[in-house]
Amino acid sequence: MANKEIVLEAKGITKKFPGVLANDEVDFDLYRGEIHALLGENGAGKSTLMNVLYGLYKPDSGEVKVEGNLMQLDSPRDAIHHGVGMVHQHFMLIPVFTVTENIMLGAETDHRAKPNEMPLVKLDRKEVAQKVAALSHQYGLDVDPEATVGNLPVGLQQRVEIVKALYRNAKILILDEPTAVLTPQEAEDLFRIMHELTDKGVSIIFITHKLKEVLKVADRITVMRAGRVVGTATPKESTEQSLAEMMVGREVILTVQKKPAQPTDVVLEVNDLRVKDVRGLESVRGVSFEVRAGEVLGIAGVQGNGQTELAEALTGLRHIESGHFTLSGRDLTGRPPRPITETGLAHIPEDRQRHGLVLSYSVADNMVLCDYYQPRFSRGIVIQQNQVDANAQKLIKEYDVRTPSAFVSAGKLSGGNQQKVIVARELSRPVKLVIASQPTRGLDVGSIEYIHKQIIAMRDRGVAVLLISAELDEIMSLSDRIAVMYRGEIVATVDRKDATREQLGLWMAGAHETASSPA
Amino acid sequence: MDLRRFGFILLVIIVLFGVVVYIGEVKVAPIVIITSMLATTIAVATPLSLGALAGLFCERSGVVNIGIEGMMLSSAFFGWLGAIYMYHVFGFPIGVSVWSGVFFAMLSGMLMGLLLAVLSITYKVDQIIGGTVINILAVGLTGFLNRQLFFGRGSVFGGHVPNSPGVLPTIHVPITEIFSPLCGSSADCLQVVTSINKVFDQKPIAISAILLVFIAHYVIFYTRWGLRTRAVGEHPKAADTVGINVIKMRYLSVTIGGALAGLAGAYFTIESVPSFEPLLTNGRGFISLAALIFGNWTPIGAWTAALVFGASQALNINLQLFRDVIPPQLAFLQQSYVVGLVPYILTMIILTGIIGKTTPPAADGVPYEK
Repeated sequence: MANKEIVLEAKGITKKFPGVLANDEVDFDLYRGEIHALLGENGAGKSTLMNVLYGLYKPDSGEVKVEGNLMQLDSPRDAIHHGVGMVHQHFMLIPVFTVTENIMLGAETDHRAKPNEMPLVKLDRKEVAQKVAALSHQYGLDVDPEATVGNLPVGLQQRVEIVKALYRNAKILILDEPTAVLTPQEAEDLFRIMHELTDKGVSIIFITHKLKEVLKVADRITVMRAGRVVGTATPKESTEQSLAEMMVGREVILTVQKKPAQPTDVVLEVNDLRVKDVRGLESVRGVSFEVRAGEVLGIAGVQGNGQTELAEALTGLRHIESGHFTLSGRDLTGRPPRPITETGLAHIPEDRQRHGLVLSYSVADNMVLCDYYQPRFSRGIVIQQNQVDANAQKLIKEYDVRTPSAFVSAGKLSGGNQQKVIVARELSRPVKLVIASQPTRGLDVGSIEYIHKQIIAMRDRGVAVLLISAELDEIMSLSDRIAVMYRGEIVATVDRKDATREQLGLWMAGAHETASSPA
Repeated sequence: MDLRRFGFILLVIIVLFGVVVYIGEVKVAPIVIITSMLATTIAVATPLSLGALAGLFCERSGVVNIGIEGMMLSSAFFGWLGAIYMYHVFGFPIGVSVWSGVFFAMLSGMLMGLLLAVLSITYKVDQIIGGTVINILAVGLTGFLNRQLFFGRGSVFGGHVPNSPGVLPTIHVPITEIFSPLCGSSADCLQVVTSINKVFDQKPIAISAILLVFIAHYVIFYTRWGLRTRAVGEHPKAADTVGINVIKMRYLSVTIGGALAGLAGAYFTIESVPSFEPLLTNGRGFISLAALIFGNWTPIGAWTAALVFGASQALNINLQLFRDVIPPQLAFLQQSYVVGLVPYILTMIILTGIIGKTTPPAADGVPYEK
């Protein structure tokens, strides 16, 4: 990126959604062959801006030029025509199609060469497969054109997306949170591919909220906050701290402050647990571990390695095939959620909107979902609404839930506040064990800070915490001990002080090492 | 279509044919019974195959269609009515009137499809409710118009139902003419040849249904349009991001589906019998849907499933010829309602998933929102 030739320029992009100004007079430019990171919290407007560039959203005002030509901004077709390609955070791939079919979809034949072609033209899968193989080879992507996409690991699916864009002659590639689903090693691979692409003249817009990655791979960094561009910097003149402050707009504490753990009695003991997933495949395969009062056990691992099923089994939501677990010495294997909850479990589920809340219920009702039937809130079969409301008022204050009132439906709150409602409900009860699955996924830095503090506070009060997270940083900063899950097994357990990112990353990718200490 | 389901289909067909052969053997040669069953099976499977194809186009594009029944019923009525009008009111010759009946049937099917499309794609009405609306509308509309036009006081046709111009002609395939010389003077051989000829002598809609199964297979799996239709039914957002107009694709598919259901409707009143009676489709639209599901949303799978249902109806029809020779141990087959139940019992067995589960398109029934 020696020459600073501008390939893409967006000016004054404004996009309103009902009640939200998602983009407010945003300017953005991209040089040929550079990696330009777009950094910002969830809801800062990054994805909106990219969807505008890609023609998925029509902006209320503003214009975009690609190599000096004005874009129409009304359909992805136009963006593709201008050489803009996008790899979405949630892949836009059809699982039952092959790689070739996914790539050729929408560009089955060369439209510009044959504009009057009939829609019933026969597909030429062979020709496309050859082109895919050639592209894949040229950029070192290693994609099999005949594979069915649903059977590929996410890392490879992402490469299919990249090939899909290259197949359409993309000169500008938008990568939306590409590392969210990858192991550290897969992310390294992606960075290598990104550099290979820029060497060949492709320009990349790299959207992320991960500071470390930005500093590592970007040539320039633009930070967005609340729909506006806050500033542009280079990695040389920035630090994680300075970028975080730009993102949030105030000073933030990136590291979690905590004292050394003082573990006491075993609270949760899991013994050779085996659980099947929705498809009937064994996804937890003989897992054993224990969590003591006053410590945080972090379970690291790439998503889909059995963590979800493990959490569901321990909370009574999924059938256990064999093995057992005890909570405070009581064997609760195969019991329904209520006795487990009553024994002292707090559960912060992975999918807060589907399993954590009833979105159409009020905040107050959501706050008593676990114990509405207890004498505190019920007389016989009648719920004491005044008690429920008083409880809500108290918790909203204590846990700093930002809501217009206790009576608005939970679905109307922001992600961070929804999570606070769950945290308030779960942690305000007398509990002995907290199972927190992906507790900060998709939250803003402020909410993350808050949730982390609460988890550590529970630990310091002598509660056992089982933290399941795909974010290695989160595992590293909260846990006292770390277990790594890979393909349904715990492949290693280490003390936090002995753990390194690199080693954990290797374990997460399935590299066993016999020297690992089963602490 | 996996082996398990194919095996099930084969088994059911063999059992159904076997029962009739076993009973009828004393009166007629087995070859005559088998070919006659086969001919009936193909004929009565026609609306089921076409109905299943109608559902296939809708559901492959992501719109659940439980309104096939209503689409069939209304187009059976309007096709028939169109033929009568052309013949009696406008004075066209019989042939023209009958064929334009087919056209009107398909047109009314298309309009019903368009209605489903507007409800489910543009207004994002729950698609089960949208389909139910069409079913109820069809029952009400055809019943009402039937009464008003033909039976009411001062009705258009003065209180009597005029004769329909008739049904579509059978297309004769000259198998007997070609092969009978080879038989010489053997009467048995001649019987075999003429029996087999009966299987191939079908009417135009029955023949086009079979052709359409294979055309649909090619279109859905081997053409650009098919790839896009399937993409829209699996993951519309993905299709949108590569520049495919999801709304347009769905409208087109649902309208085509409606036209096919219309052709299925034409079978009842223009190919099978030249008359209409209220509710004449009698649940066959729903059985088509079962065939579609059992055939795992593929044209050929749905067609073979439709043949099973066709065979069970053929059992009912052919058994009537042998009522007098049903042996005492099978006396329950005397009751026509026992035999008439077979297609519905089969439907229930098939839908339980005992014979293997099938997977619908991932976005089937989900309205697309940007």
